[in-house]
Amino acid sequence: MIEQLFFYGFSAILIFAGVMVITARNSVHAALFLVLAFCTSAALWLLLEAEFLAMTLVLVYVGAVMVLFLFVVMMLDVNIAPLREGFIRYLPVGILVTTLIAVELAMTVGARRFGLDIMPAPVRQGPEYSNTETLGLALYTDYLYPFEIAAVILLVAMVAAIVLTMRRRQGVKHQKPEQQVTVRREDRVKLVKM
Amino acid sequence: MIPLSNFLVLAAVMFCISMAGIFLNRKNLLILLMCIELMLLSVNLNFVAFSHYLQDISGQVFVFFILTVAAAESAIGLAILVVLFRNRKTINVQALDTMKG
Repeated sequence: MIEQLFFYGFSAILIFAGVMVITARNSVHAALFLVLAFCTSAALWLLLEAEFLAMTLVLVYVGAVMVLFLFVVMMLDVNIAPLREGFIRYLPVGILVTTLIAVELAMTVGARRFGLDIMPAPVRQGPEYSNTETLGLALYTDYLYPFEIAAVILLVAMVAAIVLTMRRRQGVKHQKPEQQVTVRREDRVKLVKM
Repeated sequence: MIPLSNFLVLAAVMFCISMAGIFLNRKNLLILLMCIELMLLSVNLNFVAFSHYLQDISGQVFVFFILTVAAAESAIGLAILVVLFRNRKTINVQALDTMKG
């Protein structure tokens, strides 16, 4: 009973946050509602006994990716008015199409096919069960190569982001360490007879 | 006892909301990126729900990889966005028609 209460409460918050993300007038508000959506999903994942991923979602997504989003949103001085035009014009068609798709999807994955009688809820794990340990065992044995590839993807993303945004501006004073360490006494000091 | 269908319907609704966001905010590149993040989140909810109800850890491994790729994607996307804004002074999608020919 309390489980269902939590589920419906978090679902309501998640849907509210999602709607606010796409309708917010201010991009900063949209990013903050996206943070709310991520935190609420982490709570839902805790209901599904995915503790490690829930914590990862909060730490990595809310802590890193969304901070990056907020940083970019606040750094860009965007005039929001021309970006909003067409919102009202596409609103009826957008709502119609997405409602249709939502109804179709809900009919496909509804209680008739994935209800409790067909997919019974599994027994809750005891306190000695460690989700992190189970996930780590799968990750470092069966999925070792994909794990390494994921690491390479992260490295490539990091290098790409740095290369894309780096620029050498003219007229900025740089230090040249290679010239600094090769300097000799004769280049700098001049003894003058008075 | 929450049936699996509840989680699946919730994920479907979240997917449709983010798709509506792509329809409605067609000009704001930042909101488009946020909608893609929301879409990936709803897909991840599906994976975690199936992983729990089938008692198979592989679903959570997939979520792990999706999170990795999504983080890389948003980092590169935001970098491209910053470079774009630096060169064009706008993030309006309709203004990006240099390659129209």
